[in-house]
Amino acid sequence: MSDSRKSQRNINKAKTKTPMREQDPLQRIYNFEEVPLGYSETEAVQEARRCIQCKNKPCISGCPVGIDIPQFMRLIGEENFEEALRLIKSKNFLPAICGRVCPQEDQCELHCTLNKPDKGREPGAVGRVERFIGDYAMEHGLDALPAIDPPTGKRVAIIGSGPAGLTCASDLIQRGHQVTVFEALHKPGGVLFYGIPQFRLPKEILVREIDGLKKMGVEFVMNYPVGKAESMESIRQRFDATFIGTGAGLPWFLNIPGENLNGVYSANEFLTRVNLMGGYRFPHAADTPVKRIKRIAVIGAGNTAMDSARTAQRLQPEIVYLVYRRSRLEMPARIEEIHHAEQEGIKFHLLHSPVEIVDDGNGCVGAIRCQEMQLGEPDASGRRRPVPIEGRTREFAVDTVVIAIGTSPNPLLLADCPDLARHPKKGTILVDEQTMQTSWPDVFAGGDIVTGGATVILAMGAGRKAATAMHRFLTTGSAGPAPAAEQPAGQEA
Amino acid sequence: MANKIVQKRELAPKTVLFEIEAPHIAERGRAGQFVILRVSEWGERIPLTIAHREPARGTITIVVQEVGKTTGDLNCLEVGEDILDLAGPLGRPTRIPAGGKTVVCVGGGIGNAVVWPQVAALKEAGNTVISILGARTRELLILEDEIRALSDETIVTTDDGSYGRKGMVTHALQDLIDGGRSLDEVICIGPVIMMKFVCKTTQPYGIPTQASLNPIMVDGTGMCGACRVTVGGQTRFACVEGPEFDGHQVDFDELMKRLSYYQPEERLALEKAHACRLEAAAARLAAAQDQN
Repeated sequence: MSDSRKSQRNINKAKTKTPMREQDPLQRIYNFEEVPLGYSETEAVQEARRCIQCKNKPCISGCPVGIDIPQFMRLIGEENFEEALRLIKSKNFLPAICGRVCPQEDQCELHCTLNKPDKGREPGAVGRVERFIGDYAMEHGLDALPAIDPPTGKRVAIIGSGPAGLTCASDLIQRGHQVTVFEALHKPGGVLFYGIPQFRLPKEILVREIDGLKKMGVEFVMNYPVGKAESMESIRQRFDATFIGTGAGLPWFLNIPGENLNGVYSANEFLTRVNLMGGYRFPHAADTPVKRIKRIAVIGAGNTAMDSARTAQRLQPEIVYLVYRRSRLEMPARIEEIHHAEQEGIKFHLLHSPVEIVDDGNGCVGAIRCQEMQLGEPDASGRRRPVPIEGRTREFAVDTVVIAIGTSPNPLLLADCPDLARHPKKGTILVDEQTMQTSWPDVFAGGDIVTGGATVILAMGAGRKAATAMHRFLTTGSAGPAPAAEQPAGQEA
Repeated sequence: MANKIVQKRELAPKTVLFEIEAPHIAERGRAGQFVILRVSEWGERIPLTIAHREPARGTITIVVQEVGKTTGDLNCLEVGEDILDLAGPLGRPTRIPAGGKTVVCVGGGIGNAVVWPQVAALKEAGNTVISILGARTRELLILEDEIRALSDETIVTTDDGSYGRKGMVTHALQDLIDGGRSLDEVICIGPVIMMKFVCKTTQPYGIPTQASLNPIMVDGTGMCGACRVTVGGQTRFACVEGPEFDGHQVDFDELMKRLSYYQPEERLALEKAHACRLEAAAARLAAAQDQN
């Protein structure tokens, strides 16, 4: 390594991540503003210089879209922001979003050579630096539109405007195809709009990214539930290829007594009322009501449960409980979200499994009764199975219950595609893993509709993978070389 | 897809018919299906049944009774204005017998707007249709001419006897049954309490009865579950599995309770909307006076 490069790199040997300033918990529970405030230029450069530029680069294998993270960190460390932006945008066109919502601690940062918790050493804060460059690009008007290839004359339909669909649309418009995105709701973004709260992903960022796509020529059709507004058959006739990214939006309930009492919500309904419909501003600046909640129990411990609990806390209740049947170790949510929830005063009742929602006598929620649990042997998921402790139940007085235990594939489109190959139990769409091609050769799928409820970045990775194969399909007639054995039944090569 | 209003007509006090340009919904919609619409940024999403379709003109018709803020805002729109957001057709179509059956359609109040396309579809399939239309009083009875023109027989009831037969729709239905008419099916749509008693009337005779439910909805596409109803002990989502269900299996009491949950908020929104409209009217008056 040359001396000049060494001096430029100027490695920062701090053992822990450069802290990111946050809104004070006591302040933030009274607003919907973002919690982490982002790095300044100095902080971002300082953090990027913690990257030791190791040879193995294990972080890259931890990234679902394979970003050259050491190179990215080096460019930021050298204050070459424009080049760093170009590099990241070549793999991930939504850095401002992914820097905020990716579970980096399970991906790139988990694999970071620096990551030695037993020695008190933290990984490079890749996510925070990624967020910095996304925000920097917006603030400095650097989000120059990428070059668009000459028109191919091919038409592509994207069904669903969530992270998978947006990524797929971005990639295909750049390859010169004509792209139309169909969305059933009145705002584009899918889960990024209706699900992830404002304080975790400000809507302005999403709107800006979508405006960028519009400027690149992507056509968005809102209020258009494909399968209802138009048949899938007709879409396939009108378009040369179709991508289905309709997500997993059908909420699960617990199937316990009292679940249809007034005051019981799916997390989807609760978050949709607040995020998509702006219900926290009812009645002054939005028409969709959200009840004045006093005591609320959120069931589940994934990111959606944390989002629901933290959203509830901002509606000024007396108490927010989070009820989960396993222990802290098994909580599927991001550590950062669990930490934020605790900071904000959400009270966890772990190893409690709801058995009944109790009527207050007027058809509304009065309490939730829970069975106390303990951990037994590991189950099929590898996590220790919760087993009831005989005779031990507890009741918590609440007026609202939010159920955040998972979702199934969205039903609207699938009801119109009975012949499309699907998983017999989960109902998810079956695809070739290499190409994301479905049992219909011109139709590709990705995101939660294929995987079941997962993450934004996985959906984006799937959208990108599908776009690559769709481009091949549109230009050569074949989605790509895929081993026949991995293809679902009925698929044509 | 501008969703332009091409016709507006008052059918009864606070009850307005809109014909709206929506070619794809006009083409794809079927009797019993609904649309979800919004009239303003940060407005509510509300479901409304498609009352009529004109595929050749590319229009659909909805009938809106002003009961809250959003329906009030909607009824203030005029011909030439656009509905901000309009999605559909949603829900499953009414199950229409293939022909040769005698079907009674029972509509109450605003429910007649749903009966209208059902009668049309039933007749088109070759069935005999008896329509029973109920209203509290004569001036609230809507779409009588349209439905009468399509039905083989039409019976009108009013609670106060101001028009047609005095009494409830269930009385007229009971008389049909007692008169020995062979009825193959009943379809009912109206206030929940009316549907509950129509179903109670037909149950002892084992006459299959479909009820078109109107629970609270948010997205209307199966994502939120606000519209869940209990049918035969099972939780069902009215937006994607309904809105019509076997009326003998529906838990109407639960539906009534769920429908009442937001009444305080609805009142609050309405009071605020009234205040806003008064302020706007006052501002207009003041502006006019300034000009004079």
